[in-house]
Amino acid sequence: MGVWIMAGVTFREAARKRMLWMALAAGGAFLILFATGLHFQAKDFAAHGMSPILRREISFAMVTLGLYAIDLLAVLMTILTSIDTLSGEIASGTIQAIATKPVPRWQLLLGKWFGFCGMLTAYIAIMAGGVNAVAYTMAGVTARHLASGVSLMWMESVVLLSVTFAFATYFSTLTTGVLTLGLHGLAFLGGWIEQFGAVTQTQRAVNVGVIASVLMPSEALWRRAAFEMQSPLANAMRISPFSILSVPSVAMVFYAGLYLTVALVIAMRRFSQRDL
Amino acid sequence: METSRSSDLAIRTRGLRKVFNGKVAVRNLTLDVPRGEVFGFLGPNGAGKSTSVKMLLGLVFPTSGEAQVLGRPVGDVKTRIKVGFLPEHFRFYDWLTATELVKLHGRLYGVSHAKLRERVPALLDLVGLTPHRDKRLRDFSKGMLQRIGLAQALLNEPDLIFLDEPTSGLDPVGRRLVRDIIRAQRDRGATVLLNSHLLGEVEITCDRVAFIKDGQVVETRQLSDDTNEQTTVTIRTANVTAEIASGLARWSRSVRTEGDYLILSVSSGAVIPEIVRYLVAKGADVYEVTPQRLSLEERFLEIVGTDGGL
Repeated sequence: MGVWIMAGVTFREAARKRMLWMALAAGGAFLILFATGLHFQAKDFAAHGMSPILRREISFAMVTLGLYAIDLLAVLMTILTSIDTLSGEIASGTIQAIATKPVPRWQLLLGKWFGFCGMLTAYIAIMAGGVNAVAYTMAGVTARHLASGVSLMWMESVVLLSVTFAFATYFSTLTTGVLTLGLHGLAFLGGWIEQFGAVTQTQRAVNVGVIASVLMPSEALWRRAAFEMQSPLANAMRISPFSILSVPSVAMVFYAGLYLTVALVIAMRRFSQRDL
Repeated sequence: METSRSSDLAIRTRGLRKVFNGKVAVRNLTLDVPRGEVFGFLGPNGAGKSTSVKMLLGLVFPTSGEAQVLGRPVGDVKTRIKVGFLPEHFRFYDWLTATELVKLHGRLYGVSHAKLRERVPALLDLVGLTPHRDKRLRDFSKGMLQRIGLAQALLNEPDLIFLDEPTSGLDPVGRRLVRDIIRAQRDRGATVLLNSHLLGEVEITCDRVAFIKDGQVVETRQLSDDTNEQTTVTIRTANVTAEIASGLARWSRSVRTEGDYLILSVSSGAVIPEIVRYLVAKGADVYEVTPQRLSLEERFLEIVGTDGGL
């Protein structure tokens, strides 16, 4: 019961502090921009009499670009909105009046986690749905394997949410932010090293990327999502920034699931055992 | 027998100790607070009062020692249904209204919606916040926050209430309100642990106090019983040798001489006749004996010293 009370409070806090509405307004502006770009692109196709295959591939690339931007926004919003919820409340003493109620601490933490999960699920669903709806209406395309791709994007944000929670039970708000963003940056860089390694067939560079993904599997999930969602032709092209030459395996996806579970369990255990 | 005694106590601690990063916050807290008592916690800043309260509430984990609250080990989640707590600086989600805050705490206590509908307006009325029930906490003054914090602490008609500096930030009317609420809680049988710097408030409200210094109880004092109180006795006397004066140590921890006067600090006025008999038997002349009850403030200063615990 305590879990759902705290999840509701967390959701209500985002709405009451206008966080949720501002995110949706910014998302709306993003979709308008995306639609405008796609509109001019479509007009240009007609003017230049471009071949249908090329039109389709460019539209696919636009969708992937839109989803990549959403992924980036979701990652940043997940970290920035959740970063202060535990460490901030511990530092200010707000947590004291809650943690003395007859609700186990792990339930308080899990409730907050569910609240943020709910918000990022709604955000990713609305934004990814919006990009695909716009692309379908204006260019007649949608991302390939949309459901599995968006699920992987969602999982990426949940991984980062769980890691943020785990760090927040040990460190201050600022340190938590630096650590989580730092780890994600490491994974991002590792992902690109892995891609370059695949292009140049340098196995050791690929291994560096895999190790980075083991340390933080967030970027690997995006690369798997991009592989699922874009066209096979785009995947095969080596010039696109979204081309996936070294595709993270399904095992990596399971590993990411285990990773986020462990991070969440660590957060619950540590929060239950630390002084407040 | 030990079990039945424990169940009569609202709080029982034995050798409770807390060390933060090598720094001792609470050295050795041994305390018994019977059910139904209003108990005051007194001590200078940094004496370990707040840490002790946090340990009893399960917010801070003891390094060693044991403690029971309402007959159960500290940290027992179910016991918290019967415990209320007003933190020293009550802070909460400032985007909530007064009504929403009390309701949220009620739900965390597991109070039914039906009971909350009846209880929330009654509590807001009790703490004088009915006109502000729909105002957000961000627009509340410090005193109003203390009042709403008090309301949430009383939500579940607790058997044990921890009030950490409940009158800080309150005007005289608010302080009076808190006193009345504490009395009402005692009258219905609840135990109140009051942590306050305002000695006057403590003296009026509490049945018993514990003086805490350097993380341990230095002295407990019954406030409702005049015969069992720390007393300073001034005796005008003559022919008191050093040997006779040192013999007074069995009744007094502090014996000093100022001219013809012996000034003793005794734990109870009941020992005065024994002291007089002793002096006369040893050949001293006794002209005048003046017992003077030590006020709570004087005793506090005596324990704390002139550095104020800083």
